[in-house]
Amino acid sequence: MKRGTTVYLYELAWILPSIAIPVGMLAALVVTAFGAGIHLPGVEGRVVPTKVAETPPFDRPGVVEIAPGRYEARLVAQIWSFTPSEIRVPAGSTVTFVVTSRDVVHGLLIHGKANVMLLPGQVARVTTRFDRPGEYPMLCHEYCGLAHHTMWGKVIVEPRS
Amino acid sequence: MSRAPENRLTGAYLTVALVALFGGVVTGVVQALEHAGINLYPALSPLIRSYYHGLSLHGVLNVLVWTTFFICGFLQFITARALGTPLAHPRFAWVTFWLMTGGLVLAAIPLVGNAATVMFTFYPPMKAHWAFYVGLTLVVVGTWLVTLELALTWRAWRATHPDARTPLAAFMSLVTFAMWTIASLGIAAEMLFMMIPWSLGLVAGTDALLARALFWFTGHPIVYFWLLPAYVSWYTLVPRQAGGTLFSEPLARVSFILFLVLSTPLGFHHQFTDPGIHEGWKLVHAFLTFAVFFPSLLTFFNVVASLESGARARGGKGWVAWFAKLPWGDPSLAAQVLAMILFAFGGIGGLVNASFNMNLLVHNTAWIPGHLHLTVGTAVTLSFMGITYWLVPYLSGRALWSRWLALAQVWLWFVGMIVFSNALHRLGLMGMPRRTMIGASAYIQPEWKAALPLVGAGGTVLFLSALLYFLNLVLTLVASRAPAPAAPEFATYAEGTSGTSAILDRWRPWLVLTLVMIAIAYGPTLVRLVATTPFDAPGLRVW
Repeated sequence: MKRGTTVYLYELAWILPSIAIPVGMLAALVVTAFGAGIHLPGVEGRVVPTKVAETPPFDRPGVVEIAPGRYEARLVAQIWSFTPSEIRVPAGSTVTFVVTSRDVVHGLLIHGKANVMLLPGQVARVTTRFDRPGEYPMLCHEYCGLAHHTMWGKVIVEPRS
Repeated sequence: MSRAPENRLTGAYLTVALVALFGGVVTGVVQALEHAGINLYPALSPLIRSYYHGLSLHGVLNVLVWTTFFICGFLQFITARALGTPLAHPRFAWVTFWLMTGGLVLAAIPLVGNAATVMFTFYPPMKAHWAFYVGLTLVVVGTWLVTLELALTWRAWRATHPDARTPLAAFMSLVTFAMWTIASLGIAAEMLFMMIPWSLGLVAGTDALLARALFWFTGHPIVYFWLLPAYVSWYTLVPRQAGGTLFSEPLARVSFILFLVLSTPLGFHHQFTDPGIHEGWKLVHAFLTFAVFFPSLLTFFNVVASLESGARARGGKGWVAWFAKLPWGDPSLAAQVLAMILFAFGGIGGLVNASFNMNLLVHNTAWIPGHLHLTVGTAVTLSFMGITYWLVPYLSGRALWSRWLALAQVWLWFVGMIVFSNALHRLGLMGMPRRTMIGASAYIQPEWKAALPLVGAGGTVLFLSALLYFLNLVLTLVASRAPAPAAPEFATYAEGTSGTSAILDRWRPWLVLTLVMIAIAYGPTLVRLVATTPFDAPGLRVW
């Protein structure tokens, strides 16, 4: 009887924090994510993978200034390159990447700035800010075939004149 | 020499599993060396045609074949042993084994022949030879038949033991296969309705997002399918191997029931960065992933408390110092305790992966294989190695060839994995992509250069450890003369905790709850995708 009670108390002393710890971490997570305005890619619409070249905005890939200091970078991913493979924006810009794939699954990784899957058929949209001038490698981070490791580009952030 | 039918069956599964593991470690070390700047692929052609061919082999052999075949062999053995009855239909169990092995051979032909260099995740529209998909589907169907065999065996036992509680090890084995059978419906649907008709040319197009959603429906719970058999050993055998008792039997059942209910409805945390799934559902899956942390914490507590009881019975003292008093000279126990230690870090990393926002830093970076090698590569694999240190001698009737070699192997794996996995985690945090032939890329960043050689060094130590492992097993089979010691008995429970309530030994309520949870978490998204997806992506061979 004694021993059973002790086990029960130990169990309780562990179970309660075991509930409190994940709940606490989750609360911290939700507060920091929403507090910092971090969003995950959501439902942005479809595009027919075989007709990407004729479908706006992917018929004219490139960077467009949509408002002062705000840019939209329209990219197309295909084996084994991004079109365009180099984009230039001034420091302090907010850039929304609007990207899709024309063939297989690709990814877009700009370390610390953007991380999104590029699925044929889906439009991906992610917004980030570039404050410091410099070159930011833009890597495909999903295996996409024999020359996957050659698929990359650059975001060149130019100092404001 | 034991010749019970399930012993030979387990031996057959184990043989396939170990051959796969050998292929997996040989292809693995070549990848690790590539990251360190030593490219052996030109020398290996035409056997291994590219980095990605080797990587596909490594993934399929290690995470799909080694795990699945080991688990089917081990849990059928454990269930029969725990129930004290033979398998209900041994001939059917053998048919299942040959079906799975046949499926494996069918899938292996294009895989080895470089016609299925699509990784173990085989995301379409990358298109492999149809035999790859059909073969893997047969393996999955085989696992369902194992579930059926276990269920029929349990029913036969129940008929003669109407009032007894199901023995813990059998209950856990059944929960593992019940969970897996439900979870594998995702990959089965992907294969039967998408990949197989498409690869056979019966339909022209496919869809990347729906395939990924179905894949990850199975793809996260599959890690619990790998992990729970290690837990079966940690809960029901390791306490006794440590010289102690299981701390709490009811708590062990509760944690397994929670794994049944919570393992599946959380797969979107693998798709946080996928476009085409609502952010709200991703958040729900993040919540549920944190919920499954709860039974993991229960397991941590219960298993460590059980180890402590063993160490204290052996004269261990103090809050922490008792740890040194565990029977470290037993390679089976040492392997599993070291696996637990690294798994703690795997679990913490898993919480980072599941975190809505932190995932953005690590998704598809080298952090992920770093994490996977702590979980499936250590918690699961090193535990399974530890199990084979008593299971292979038991099945073959020959004592382990060398206990010292086994201990050296176990510690080398532990040390090698710390170096290897730590380097990959750090490289991931520095933005290095995973599944990429880094040495051949033009974008190696200056800050990666210190850690890349450590990937090669850690991988080499792991490879040496694996060689010692296979050497010891082969010598056990051909050169060992001493008879095998008795297999470990199941752990008894600490006094006063054996009063399991009846609800913890029932199936229907928990299975219903599982299906309801899945319907809530997955239903709306899957229905929307199935109803609106146009299947307009043609297939490509890109390797």
